[in-house]
Amino acid sequence: MSARTRLVILLATVAVLAAVAVGSVLHAADRAARRDRLQAGGPRVTSGQVALTAAGSARQPRLVFRNMAWGPHRDELASVPSADPSGPRTASTVHCLRFYSAAGTGICLQAVHGAVSDTYQAVVLDSSLREQRRYPLDGIPTRARVSPSGHLVAWTVFVSGDSYGVGQFSTHTSILDTRTGTLQSTLEDYQVVKDGHAYRNADVNFWGVTFADDSRFYATLATGGKTYLVQGDVTARTLTTLRENVECPSLSPDGTRLAFKKRVPGLSVDAPWRLYVIDLRTMGEMPLAENRSVDDQAVWLDDRTLAYALPGDFGTDMWTVPADGTGSPRQLIEAAMAPVVVG
Amino acid sequence: MSRAGGRTVPRAIPRTVLILGTVSLITDISSEMVTAVLPLYLVAELGLSPLGFGVLDGIYNGVSALVRLVGGHLADRGRRHRTTAAVGYGLSALCKPALLAVHSVPLIGAVLAVDRTGKGLRTAPRDAMISLASPPDMQARSFGVHRAMDTAGALLGPVTAFFVLRTAAGGFDAVFTVSFCVATMGVLVLLLFAPGRILEPAAPTSSGSARVAPVSAAPASAVSLRAAFGLLRRPELRRLTLCALLLGLATVSDSFVYLLLQRRLGISVRWFPLLPLGTAGAFLLLAVPLGQAADRFGRWRVFLSGHLGLLAAYGMLLTPAHGTVLPVGGLPVAVLPVAVLVLHGAFYAATDGVLMASAAGSVPAELRSSGLALVQTGQASARFVCSLLFGAAWTAWGAHTALAVATVALATCAATSAVLRPLRAVEPAR
Repeated sequence: MSARTRLVILLATVAVLAAVAVGSVLHAADRAARRDRLQAGGPRVTSGQVALTAAGSARQPRLVFRNMAWGPHRDELASVPSADPSGPRTASTVHCLRFYSAAGTGICLQAVHGAVSDTYQAVVLDSSLREQRRYPLDGIPTRARVSPSGHLVAWTVFVSGDSYGVGQFSTHTSILDTRTGTLQSTLEDYQVVKDGHAYRNADVNFWGVTFADDSRFYATLATGGKTYLVQGDVTARTLTTLRENVECPSLSPDGTRLAFKKRVPGLSVDAPWRLYVIDLRTMGEMPLAENRSVDDQAVWLDDRTLAYALPGDFGTDMWTVPADGTGSPRQLIEAAMAPVVVG
Repeated sequence: MSRAGGRTVPRAIPRTVLILGTVSLITDISSEMVTAVLPLYLVAELGLSPLGFGVLDGIYNGVSALVRLVGGHLADRGRRHRTTAAVGYGLSALCKPALLAVHSVPLIGAVLAVDRTGKGLRTAPRDAMISLASPPDMQARSFGVHRAMDTAGALLGPVTAFFVLRTAAGGFDAVFTVSFCVATMGVLVLLLFAPGRILEPAAPTSSGSARVAPVSAAPASAVSLRAAFGLLRRPELRRLTLCALLLGLATVSDSFVYLLLQRRLGISVRWFPLLPLGTAGAFLLLAVPLGQAADRFGRWRVFLSGHLGLLAAYGMLLTPAHGTVLPVGGLPVAVLPVAVLVLHGAFYAATDGVLMASAAGSVPAELRSSGLALVQTGQASARFVCSLLFGAAWTAWGAHTALAVATVALATCAATSAVLRPLRAVEPAR
């Protein structure tokens, strides 16, 4: 092959490859633009007041959540009456990737669009969604919770490693006292007690905090290829393992049960989790009526009902299932995630 | 540049080295594009929990070592360096469209494992081509040029990926498609412009490549697995591999270094993703000068000095956290993290390509690829064992003690290697 032939082949192939590359980017850009336009047949979304307490515009219980329906209000916090979750949505101007609220305190983990790539921040909101405090995040938001009193806030982000190919991923979980602004930047600074002994390992990861009160909480610890339910103490800065194979615990409003996702042996590796509830008095566990794999930290809508996200046409849809193992799953709300009941 | 007849004559970098450098640069843009967006893709787009991803890592390290030896051997058989390398690059390229098709953590993990298989296959043949194309007194410089170009690609990849996501929000499919197009271009450049056979060791060709390497008179039929392992009967190579192994056993993996930096010196977690960039930047800038230094002052000397640099970095990580911030022109500058990262990058610049250049001199041309694979595999396996031991030490004694032990181990291994001096007989021709 002459040098000329080689050059011609190179240029021709580069032209084809460049066309494919540019085409794929334009196609993706067009699709991104479509998501910002209203989707025919989607839920009606209008701008308005969204509050985190019944004292606001809400006279009846409402669901506040991240709206994922296409249109100009995509990713904004929105609310609907609890009695009519598929009805018209009221959207705020606050956009969040993850959200939770209790006692009028909201935590919103949001993206900040930068010059090169997005960064993330945690924003503490008051009951009118006004920003109270703001903290930069060092990874991609995944979980957020507020203690029942509204005083403590916790969040978890994913941090990626650096190695080639199969990268190493880890989580950082932080706890913030909204009264003092004291930030415990990572649970890795806590003393871990595993099976009765002090334990340390570079591979520990924590995620999915759920608060019992302003000092006690539950979370997931992963180490040595296993996951554990841990009970944490914010004041003593200790974490104690309670049992194995518990991820993303969520404490019931009456404080007696934990909903969690369990890795069930024998299931497909693609969809390894099932929702379970554990009774903290007897430590007995019970599977729920949802047969699909759930990768979410469930939310208690009341003492009898759990809500969780499943993949849907617009990212995720919210589903509910009774917390006692009976009944069957029902769709709660389409194109939504991270719901809380207020009022 | 090298000195000839008392005056300084700039000598051209062999064309093959530049072509292979270009291929690596292009390929690294492609692969780092994917690596950079993968966490975001898994969490934000697929809504998956990527934890447990590392599980494959341990098992895969063994397979990876085997693949590298196979790649090295295949390349030597029938002198098919380019073909073997092209299969490796091609395999990795095909993984990019595969990423569009799979949507679960285990399957994505499997695709990435195939990607790494491609990397394992191509590394030794490519390094053999670099060394075969370079005159004996310019080996380390050639490797330095290649590693610098490779690292430049690794730095450009994430920028390219984020540019695509900037243009098309959520356009991960576009990132994978662009990555595939870029990878294909790399394979094409390799197939079109790299020579199919570097040279017959005995037959002089143009461009000075006839001066290549001390070659034994072994016929091509001697290229067998047995002959490949038989290389270890050569005292220089055996001692070199032994030293690489020893030093590898005390080389704490990058992720631990960054973790230690972040925790011991109290760097904000926000800067964590930037730490590898510091190492890469120093590697990029120092690869060529340190390669030249190795050719000039002795590859073994530079290789060992690189480890002394790493030893210094460990020492800094062991110092107490206070006093790390110095006011420079009114701005607090975190001196220690910068120094640690520069030393870490310098360590790679002084050892990565230099080891290959050192090994090349002790391996006959017809077994070059197998020999380099042998040394690489020894080093990589030792480093893997080190990360297991270091992890266990961390669990048992805590981070500080584990690092102190690693520091002592590195000092001991470096001292032992200095005594062994594997390259006494094959210091570079002046």
